[in-house]
Amino acid sequence: MAVRGFDQTARHGVDNALLQAVHLDTVLLGSIAVLVVLGLVVLYSAGGADSTLMLRQGVRLGVGVLVLLVLAQISADSLRQWSPWCYALGLTLLVWVMLAGVIGKGAQRWLDLGVLRFQPSEMMKLAVPMMVAWYFSEKHLPPTPRQLLTAVVMVMLPAGLVAEQPDLGTALLVACAGLFVIFLAGISWRVILALVAFAVACTPVLWHFMHDYQRQRVLTLLDPESDPLGTGYHIIQSKIAIGSGGLYGKGWLNGTQSQLDFLPERSTDFIFAVFGEEFGFLGGVALLILYVAIVMRGLYIAARAQDTYSRLLAGSLSLSFFVYFFVNIGMVSGVLPVVGVPLPLVSYGGTSVVTLMAAFGILMSIHSHRRLLTR
Amino acid sequence: MTNGEALKNPYLEKRLFANRAWVAAGVIVTLMFVSLGRLAYLQIIHHNHFATLSKDNRVRLVAVPPPRGLIYDRNGVLLAENLPSYQLEIIPSQVTDMDVTLARLGELIALDEGDIKRFRIELRRKQSFQSIPLRFNLTDVEVARFAVNRHRFPGVDINARLGRHYPLGQRGVHALGYVGRINARELSRLDGNNYNGTNHIGKLGVERYYEDILHGQVGFQHVEINAQGRVLRVLDEQSPVPGKDLVLSLDAHLQQVAEESLGASTGAVVVMEPATGEVLALVSMPTYDPNLFVNGISVRDYKALRDHSEQPLFNRALTGQYPPGSTIKPFVALAGLEYGATWAEKKMWAGGYYTLPNSSHRYRDWKRGGHGEVDMMKAITQSCDVYFYDLSHKVGIDHLHEFLARFGLGRRTGLDATGEAAGLLPSREWKQRAYGQVWFPGETVIAGIGQGYMLTTPVQLAAATATMAMHGTKVRPRLLHALRDQESGAFTPASIALEEPVRLSDPLYWDQVVQAMIDVVHKGNGTARRIGKDAPYVIAGKTGTAQVFGLKQDERYDEETLDKKLRDHALFVAFAPAHAPQIAVAVVVENGGHGGSAAAPIARQVMDYYLLGKT
Repeated sequence: MAVRGFDQTARHGVDNALLQAVHLDTVLLGSIAVLVVLGLVVLYSAGGADSTLMLRQGVRLGVGVLVLLVLAQISADSLRQWSPWCYALGLTLLVWVMLAGVIGKGAQRWLDLGVLRFQPSEMMKLAVPMMVAWYFSEKHLPPTPRQLLTAVVMVMLPAGLVAEQPDLGTALLVACAGLFVIFLAGISWRVILALVAFAVACTPVLWHFMHDYQRQRVLTLLDPESDPLGTGYHIIQSKIAIGSGGLYGKGWLNGTQSQLDFLPERSTDFIFAVFGEEFGFLGGVALLILYVAIVMRGLYIAARAQDTYSRLLAGSLSLSFFVYFFVNIGMVSGVLPVVGVPLPLVSYGGTSVVTLMAAFGILMSIHSHRRLLTR
Repeated sequence: MTNGEALKNPYLEKRLFANRAWVAAGVIVTLMFVSLGRLAYLQIIHHNHFATLSKDNRVRLVAVPPPRGLIYDRNGVLLAENLPSYQLEIIPSQVTDMDVTLARLGELIALDEGDIKRFRIELRRKQSFQSIPLRFNLTDVEVARFAVNRHRFPGVDINARLGRHYPLGQRGVHALGYVGRINARELSRLDGNNYNGTNHIGKLGVERYYEDILHGQVGFQHVEINAQGRVLRVLDEQSPVPGKDLVLSLDAHLQQVAEESLGASTGAVVVMEPATGEVLALVSMPTYDPNLFVNGISVRDYKALRDHSEQPLFNRALTGQYPPGSTIKPFVALAGLEYGATWAEKKMWAGGYYTLPNSSHRYRDWKRGGHGEVDMMKAITQSCDVYFYDLSHKVGIDHLHEFLARFGLGRRTGLDATGEAAGLLPSREWKQRAYGQVWFPGETVIAGIGQGYMLTTPVQLAAATATMAMHGTKVRPRLLHALRDQESGAFTPASIALEEPVRLSDPLYWDQVVQAMIDVVHKGNGTARRIGKDAPYVIAGKTGTAQVFGLKQDERYDEETLDKKLRDHALFVAFAPAHAPQIAVAVVVENGGHGGSAAAPIARQVMDYYLLGKT
């Protein structure tokens, strides 16, 4: 098997001993902590200076942290062995949801497990990159066209099922997570270019199969004024909120757009508009830097991982995180369609918090279990 | 992974990954700058534009509710209209101290406890920026008094809204229904967008059944408001699409005639046009004023209606279920003919009672001594019970059930109003399901005279009579005559809903039974001869008397000594002119006694008005 570079470990030095013992990464943990606190502060404001939402989100974050801690203790090797099972389970649940899911918000996404309701599509955000990374982990990289095709099918099958639900936003994220693994596995640029060209050519076909509300979102994006009473209202109001924030912002709890209820969905998908209004351009710069720092740290962890599986998975999870906030900020500021992607760790909502924390748990595990690898 | 070719090359893989990671990092940083560029564009370059939009002139989207469609009768008499009414509304988010505001408002405008209580309930339920009505129907004096003092009440304003009004008041309420304020349950099932700005929704009757058509499509205005929330000017507007007007098949005058001829009695009258199924009058007495319900009925008024001994809120015409009594006999006769259990001329001896073979139970006739020798004509004309005990026993419950179901008994007629009951057409399966018991032959016997389990609604009786009048052509009854577009004034007539017709093996059976029904009214021994004496047109009818109170085997029914509540219901079904039917009527007079004396004259008055135009 592969020979590992022990020299790198030695050169890296020793992190905080306690954190190391519980398999946590200081830099990542610190950035997440700052982001989470910032998120709760904004949520307090978005909830109308009321702590109800903030406290509820705090509980969810607590659950998320617990998941993070547990996953950080599991070695990447074990994760790798579980990957196909997780994927198979996720796929089964997706089919189940399709057949017997509870109708939630007019779309079948939820699985009612009695005590809790659960979105299998959320699980696929992790299971898909795990599966593809597992598939490539034993292969000779860069992959052959045949392996490539297999991997693409692995990604598109669950993504297609999620898109059918219909949940375009999550389908996009699931597909991205899988495609990032393929990208990182090292397919040639020529193939990538060909695929991009193909995707562009497919757009009219995709359009044909879109649901009406999805088409509406795309059309509204191109011309928000065309539907000021429906979807366009969100974008118009959030642009006013962000724009009126100016360089320094109106100050915490002083955003008139959000506090006077002009801004819809301000505690969930459009929370960035509250942030932009109250903390201004400088706040936005700080937030983006914080997000990018987390992504970069993730990529660094990936680059330093010792086996193909860990490397591909860590890389994909980091890039997915980037897509999360980039798409959200893009849609709230009116450059991307409103696809219903929350602002990671800031938007109000339970399932996405747990998924994100789980992803960070995996990153931490990959980072901290390096020395323990004995193979 | 055994040969060199397939062996993984960790060094190469790592370099490949690092290569890709660097590219990704580059893209990420680029996209971050794109995002920042967008933020700078919004927050720095166009900051003034957005700051103006947000700060100085707040643009608010205001819903413009569509005017609700009007309701007319078939002759253009207005049944439901929209009258402008002034109401006092408060936007809570703009009020600093609600208690003080309410107290001060109370000095200007009379507010009773109910107003404030309802307002407080809505205050808790609605979002703080939504306007909540406090008082309805302000007088001109009150409007003027508030206008002078308006500056003292930020967040309080008077709005002119269209309120529903029923100019005929109590008349036809059981068909028309009414609108009322939207409640929490309705709120959760409604399209919130389309009901933005609308406070009322159809609660009953036609108003509810045609809610979607009457409501229309909401419109919106972009308005400029100042810091106090007052509208400065309208920037642009998308007009609402008004709801469509309904032209009902009801004839308001006929309705009045029917209501007045029932007088103080409780009961129901349903009048239909047999060929089209159009309901000309739908009466349930006593009635009530729907205007009370529009803006929330007061507790006292509601209690008075609810606890009224004669239950005015109860829709007897649609929801009232009565044993059809002898009015079922013409249909049973048809079943007997169709299944070959008898023929019209076949005679039998009808004594004072009937007994089943091997049973001593006596099924008595209403005529103590019996009718003597009767054929089908005489049995219907004189409403001979024994004849029909015998006939239904011969037909059997299975055939009887199947045949009467063809006339629509035992299920909703599908009339376009709410609250219709299905009635009950008993069968073996039904009894097994409902009671877990087998069907007894004796139950078939009494079913033949419309007693026992059988229940019908007046609208079912009218529809079945119309089918009889049309010799089997069956039309679904309906209240809608046409839709009228408020803007263009164009009419869209409602279509006739033909249902599965009743086909008989020999059409002659229709003529025989109809002739017997004519004899009921026009022959000297007919049970409804009193209305046939001077009738200038030919009426076919059948009287009925439905028992409310069960008599023991040897008890006598004595009207005088019986409590009014326990007296028999009087029924009468009829159509006229018998050979070219234009009108079918079903009348139920609760505790009225005999169909011939209590119910038939009402039907006669209704038919006279409709056919002769006299009142």
